[in-house]
Amino acid sequence: MALNGISFAVEKGEIFGIIGPDGAGKTSLFRILTTLLLADSGSASVDGFNVVKDYKQIRNHVGYMPGRFSLYQDLSVQENLEFFATIFNTSIQENYDLVKEIYQQIEPFKTRKAGQLSGGMKQKLALCCALIHKPSVLFLDEPTTGVDAVSRKEFWEMLFRLKAQGITILVSTPYMDEASLCDRVALIQKGSLLSINTPTSIIREFKKPLWSVRADEMFKLMNELKNDPLIESCYPFGQVHHVVFKTQANSKEKLEHLTKQGNYNHVEVKPIEPGIEDCFMALMKE
Amino acid sequence: MRMLKFLLWKELIQIYRDPAIIRILFIMPMIQLLILPLAADYEIKNINLGIVDQDHTEYSRQLVNKIVSSGYFRLKDYSATFPQGLKAIELDKTDLILEIPPHFERDIVKENQAPLFVAVDAINGVKAGMGGAYIQGIIQNYNQDIRTQWIQEQHFNPQPTVEVTTADWYNPNMNYRVFMVPGILVMLVTMIGSSFASNNIVREKEMGTIEQINVSPIKKTQFILGKLIPFWMLALTVLTMGLLIARFVYGIIPLGHYTTIYIFATIYLLAILGLGLLLSTYAQTQQQSMLVSFFVTMIFNLLSGLYTPIESMPAWAQMITRFNPVSYFIEVMRMVMLKGSSLADIKYQILALIGFAVFFNTWAILNYRKRSG
Repeated sequence: MALNGISFAVEKGEIFGIIGPDGAGKTSLFRILTTLLLADSGSASVDGFNVVKDYKQIRNHVGYMPGRFSLYQDLSVQENLEFFATIFNTSIQENYDLVKEIYQQIEPFKTRKAGQLSGGMKQKLALCCALIHKPSVLFLDEPTTGVDAVSRKEFWEMLFRLKAQGITILVSTPYMDEASLCDRVALIQKGSLLSINTPTSIIREFKKPLWSVRADEMFKLMNELKNDPLIESCYPFGQVHHVVFKTQANSKEKLEHLTKQGNYNHVEVKPIEPGIEDCFMALMKE
Repeated sequence: MRMLKFLLWKELIQIYRDPAIIRILFIMPMIQLLILPLAADYEIKNINLGIVDQDHTEYSRQLVNKIVSSGYFRLKDYSATFPQGLKAIELDKTDLILEIPPHFERDIVKENQAPLFVAVDAINGVKAGMGGAYIQGIIQNYNQDIRTQWIQEQHFNPQPTVEVTTADWYNPNMNYRVFMVPGILVMLVTMIGSSFASNNIVREKEMGTIEQINVSPIKKTQFILGKLIPFWMLALTVLTMGLLIARFVYGIIPLGHYTTIYIFATIYLLAILGLGLLLSTYAQTQQQSMLVSFFVTMIFNLLSGLYTPIESMPAWAQMITRFNPVSYFIEVMRMVMLKGSSLADIKYQILALIGFAVFFNTWAILNYRKRSG
């Protein structure tokens, strides 16, 4: 839960991703920035307002969508939206343009109670509610966790459209594949920032060649590769293992030699391009 | 103002849409008011009586008849000896034995006095005490009857006797319903005030909706008022229903003004809702808040004078009742309904409750934080 020595700046109008495993401190960071939690030390400001001193202004200017769906299950779609508009001292009509595109998708169900909506629609409603007061900064805490692939894709498309309207978006996610959709990402682990950069730069920083290996006895293979003094790291990645060597020379021969020693069948070795997850694994090791 | 109106609207819609709350709110008080006052009666009836009559004379039969016809006792056992009578107590057949010794009639006639023996099963203390007192009363009465028969010709008593005549004021027939209904009404209003309000806020915590409210620019007081007013309205509705039941089912028409009751109830609810609010700022789950408010209201009700008179409690317990808002309301309800007290008569209780209201609400508002850490 604790955050330690975190410092970063988000540009106006960018999608800033905070990527990290469960328990890395993403939610705590968001709660501090949205004035829900007081940090023990350090300072932060959102949209030019200090989170401790000017918390009242911040509450007028940010939209926050917590990880857990938290709208009133027993109020209808429209009533929820009206409620959140009212507590932010505005009305649906006033900022309808901003939510129009998203709201139109759930409008056919506007008399339905929020508790009876599907996961994807709840997500859209929650986003509408977080947007209804036209925030300048939007905090989305794991918005796509537990949402199906199609809804996730749609959700990100909505974020791009919001970005086009000049809203700064901070989004946290445990999914590495979503990192490449952000303008810049911060990798966070155990409360510390590992790296902040654009997704492509983070990948570019990964200098060592990366190999993917597969064979018939994957578990045995991984243990053997991990124990080899020449290999820096080996971790499962879908159907294959990703392997990084300590030194770069002759790695393919070495890898083939190693697999032959262990009498594996159906061995397949090929060089691959690193993804953001590989970078994260490498950064975690350091 | 617009925001507050909207908060109230939202709260009432939510209450209205929750069928369980509506049912609990309206059916539970009705059932409690219709059943409890009829069942919770302090008068002890149907005491099982065992008689050990070793005299078998007209006098002893007269005495037994007098006791049985009083309506408090049921003759359950008629034994020849005391050990046999005791057996009946041991078997739980009887609660009380009256032993009439041999030569009862002869002793009375000849020596002007005769002993009787009463043994009571004291497992149920209330029953034993009341039963013993009843039978003593009847025997004394019987004694008086014999005296008047025998000492008829005397113009004055040889010994001076003090006769006490009692009159029950404000409740002339000692009707327990008149006494219980206002008390039970208070209990109901208390339950709605404390546990419903606290549960409602804790539910927002559990569902996570409170996070959304906390990031909004809404003011603490607006939020708290938005929670207090709906339950204040609900509790007053239940009170009105209860007063209607009291009037039309039990025929209890308050001697005092209904306005006095409502003014006091309003202040009382501020205190009780403040308590509920306070509980909700500490509880994290509905279970916690339920258990704590159950505990608190139970203590409050038992120490309120509803079931046992405060005056008969030990001094330290009487001290506790002074810090119990429920005891004030029960006292006031009985005063206004039975005695016709006006606002001036209950000013001390009003001041005490204003104190409670300020205390609980201030503590609650200080402890409710929109941010943690």
